[in-house]
Amino acid sequence: MVSLTHYLTLGAILLCLGVAGIFLNRKNIIILLMSIELMLLAANMNFIAFSRFLGNPDGQVFVFFILTVAAAEVAIGLAILIVLFRNRSSINVADLDDLKG
Amino acid sequence: MTIQEIFFYLFSIIMLAAATMVISVRNPVYAILYLILTFFSAAALWILLEAEFLGIILVLVYVGAVMVLFLFVVMMLNISQSRVSEGFVKNLPLGIGVALVMLAEVLMVLWYKNQTGIDNYPIPVPHEQGYSNTAEIGERLFTAYLWQFEIAGVVLLVAIVAAVALSMREREGVKSQSVPQQISADKRDRLELVDMPVEGVEKN
Amino acid sequence: MKVETIILLIPLLPLAGALIAGLLRNQVGRTGSHIVTILGVGGAFVLSALILKMQIYDGMQSMNYNLYTWGISDSVTFQVGFLIDHLTSLMMVVVTFVSLMVHIYTIGYMRDDPGYQRFFSYIALFTFSMLVLVMSNNFLQLFFAWEAVGLVSYLLIGFWYKKETAIFANMKAFMVNRVGDFGFLLGIAAIMSVFGTLDYAEVFAAAPSKINETIAVFGGIEWSAITFICVGLFIGAMGKSAQAPLHVWLPDSMEGPTPISALIHAATMVTAGIFMVARMSPLFELSDAALSFVLIIGGFTALAMGMIGIVQNDIKRVIAYSTLSQLGYMTVALGASAYSAAIFHLMTHAFFKALLFLAAGSVIIAMHHEQDMRKMGGVKRWMPVTWITSVLGTLALIGFPFFSGFYSKDMIIEAVGGATRFGSGFAYWAVLLGVVVTAFYSFRLLYLVFHGKSRMDKHTEEHMQETPLVVTIPLVLLAIPSVLIGYFTIKPILFGGWLDDAIKVSEQNDVVAALGENFHGATALALHSVQTAPFWLMIAGFALATWFYLFKPQLAESMKKRFSGLYSLLENKYYFDDFNNKVFARGFIRIGNGLWKRGDAGLIDGIAVNGTAAFIGKLGERVRKFQTGYLYQYAFAMIIGLIGLLGAWLLV
Repeated sequence: MVSLTHYLTLGAILLCLGVAGIFLNRKNIIILLMSIELMLLAANMNFIAFSRFLGNPDGQVFVFFILTVAAAEVAIGLAILIVLFRNRSSINVADLDDLKG
Repeated sequence: MTIQEIFFYLFSIIMLAAATMVISVRNPVYAILYLILTFFSAAALWILLEAEFLGIILVLVYVGAVMVLFLFVVMMLNISQSRVSEGFVKNLPLGIGVALVMLAEVLMVLWYKNQTGIDNYPIPVPHEQGYSNTAEIGERLFTAYLWQFEIAGVVLLVAIVAAVALSMREREGVKSQSVPQQISADKRDRLELVDMPVEGVEKN
Repeated sequence: MKVETIILLIPLLPLAGALIAGLLRNQVGRTGSHIVTILGVGGAFVLSALILKMQIYDGMQSMNYNLYTWGISDSVTFQVGFLIDHLTSLMMVVVTFVSLMVHIYTIGYMRDDPGYQRFFSYIALFTFSMLVLVMSNNFLQLFFAWEAVGLVSYLLIGFWYKKETAIFANMKAFMVNRVGDFGFLLGIAAIMSVFGTLDYAEVFAAAPSKINETIAVFGGIEWSAITFICVGLFIGAMGKSAQAPLHVWLPDSMEGPTPISALIHAATMVTAGIFMVARMSPLFELSDAALSFVLIIGGFTALAMGMIGIVQNDIKRVIAYSTLSQLGYMTVALGASAYSAAIFHLMTHAFFKALLFLAAGSVIIAMHHEQDMRKMGGVKRWMPVTWITSVLGTLALIGFPFFSGFYSKDMIIEAVGGATRFGSGFAYWAVLLGVVVTAFYSFRLLYLVFHGKSRMDKHTEEHMQETPLVVTIPLVLLAIPSVLIGYFTIKPILFGGWLDDAIKVSEQNDVVAALGENFHGATALALHSVQTAPFWLMIAGFALATWFYLFKPQLAESMKKRFSGLYSLLENKYYFDDFNNKVFARGFIRIGNGLWKRGDAGLIDGIAVNGTAAFIGKLGERVRKFQTGYLYQYAFAMIIGLIGLLGAWLLV
């Protein structure tokens, strides 16, 4: 049978794929955003698995909120991206070092 | 192997493979398409976990709206492929290394240490017929989490306003109506009353 | 009107005058400012006289009540209240009367001064402060008023604030008074800690039970609590009443306008210390050691300061040193437990010293603000009223029989002669010799200014004339009590028990009572004086001065040469100023410089302030290298942190 550990392992692998994505695509900010989506998905996966195995629907409510906030984040993040591209004609993260100390 | 296990492994493998493609393909459009596939598989897994509502939501809202938004943005911005993806090979060992260390640690938490007692949870019995996941979540949302629900609505509203405010710009040479100007219009600014003698009437 | 209302009005009327003249000076104008302040002070005088009359004729009991609670801290309440007994009402009448005279006189003296309104505001404020001081019924209020009169004194000494010497003088007065106030504050603090209250009545009631209590101030040395308190309070009095060695500010305070010298630095404020000690008599009586200290300080001041007066050439400074000497007399009387004699002398002295100062001021007006006696002489020809009143004031000062000063000073000398306390022998000789000195410098001043040939330049001489009525009327009004008040009040004040409700003297110390046994009326006392030493000493001083300055002026010069050592000692005022400047002033400047350069610039600025900033700056220089601005590096740092935390959790 599919146990809780299966789902949690799946979530862990997904999270690590997200982490690896951040490192591999350090230039492309869009793929960075997508990697973050992957990590959020991993977290959601865990929430739902726990919710199911503990028999408590509160975990699903949490996922609902995470989805809401993630959607908002994506909307704003992409808006920033558009403004950024409009001003710089680039979304290369390497070009974005204005905050360099 | 039960039917659940078969589906679990099927969707898991699809999901992980798609996620791997998301982070490794060069073309962002492909990456987004793979991400959509990832979400689809995840939605299937969630339904397998009897979280039908969220599974559907994930497909409808995430895939249908958010991912399309991604796609839209990527296609709108004409991003030069070569520059953006350079350095991929150089970073490959570090990225994989970090990811593997992290994975090892998390899996140790799960399997080796086993301090969480996750093995103690029995496999849940399936819900009986007529059970509505949507009703259950809805009940929670509108009772215990009412405030948070409202706040989430406000967060979305703020996100809309912020996104519009960020991406809007005045374009010169485009005719558009100015609402404040229309509202504050006053007759004195436009109309002048002049006293003058009536013409064509003879005085007696 | 209720008595409480009258009492409350007494200090508030001058305060109102001061506020109106000071804050609304452009609105009320010059005339308005002197009208409101004179009305205020005059009203206060009339009401004070009314209170005194009620006490004398209507048998009004002394009153002690609290008006307002200032604050409550733990078990201690700070009150604003009034203690109206015979001592207070006597002081109130003296203060308001002299103040009123000075107000009227000021109209003439300050006529052309641009700071006219400010001046009236200040002196009315002074009257208020002084009234609060004498009327207060607790130590905190006393201290408040004590500082308030000090403040006004400071403001008035430096009234001509563009004059370098005046600024120096007011600073000096302020600083020296701080030294005294330090002792005063210590005394009050000791009272607070020993008695747990600051109310006069409660402290005095509890005092006898604390006689054996000790207090360890520093180094674990045990002091008798009462002695410590009394010495502390007396150090405060030394500052305010200019007793050696804290007297140095008073002569310099003559830089202020003359009415101020008369009101504050002769008649009233400087006697605050005397008043305070008399008020604290229930405490001082318990400590023989403190009284001996008082006696010796007073004796030294009375004689030594009078001698400096002999060599001064500035007319106001002579009178200033005379004031110091007379304050010494009062202090001696306090030290001999003859508190009532001290208060008696305080009162008579207030009248005749104010008179002398105002007369000197009158001469100064006529001489167009020339104060050097060597440039005067023969002034009597032009200024008969000033001359006559000066002569009367001088006779009162030297203690000529029947004049007010005679009674008060003679009683002090007799009282000290009768005292047995340690130091009374020294003080007795000091005050006896002081009589010669007093007579000598008083007549020297009189001769140099009013008699002999005129030594002024032609221009001044042509303009010499008697001063206007606003100046001479106060002189005449002050001359009357200077002459008569002693004769009429010696019996009630000293021997009639008038001050018994305020002053407590233990029986074995009561020298005044011993004198009272031989008292057969004021006339008999004056007639009898011809057979006593003070009278002949005074005559001797008078004769010496007459010989030196009236008949053989050149003799004074040759004497100066013959006793050049003594002369330069006196001329330099016993080197008190030099000592203070060299040791204290310069020492403190050096300490201050050291603290400034090493402590402030080096330690605080260098290490604490700039050092911190420099350290943070250098740290930031290093740390900012981490801030690459690249998003993925920040993410990397976060993930490394996460890995580290997870690893740590796994290892534990």
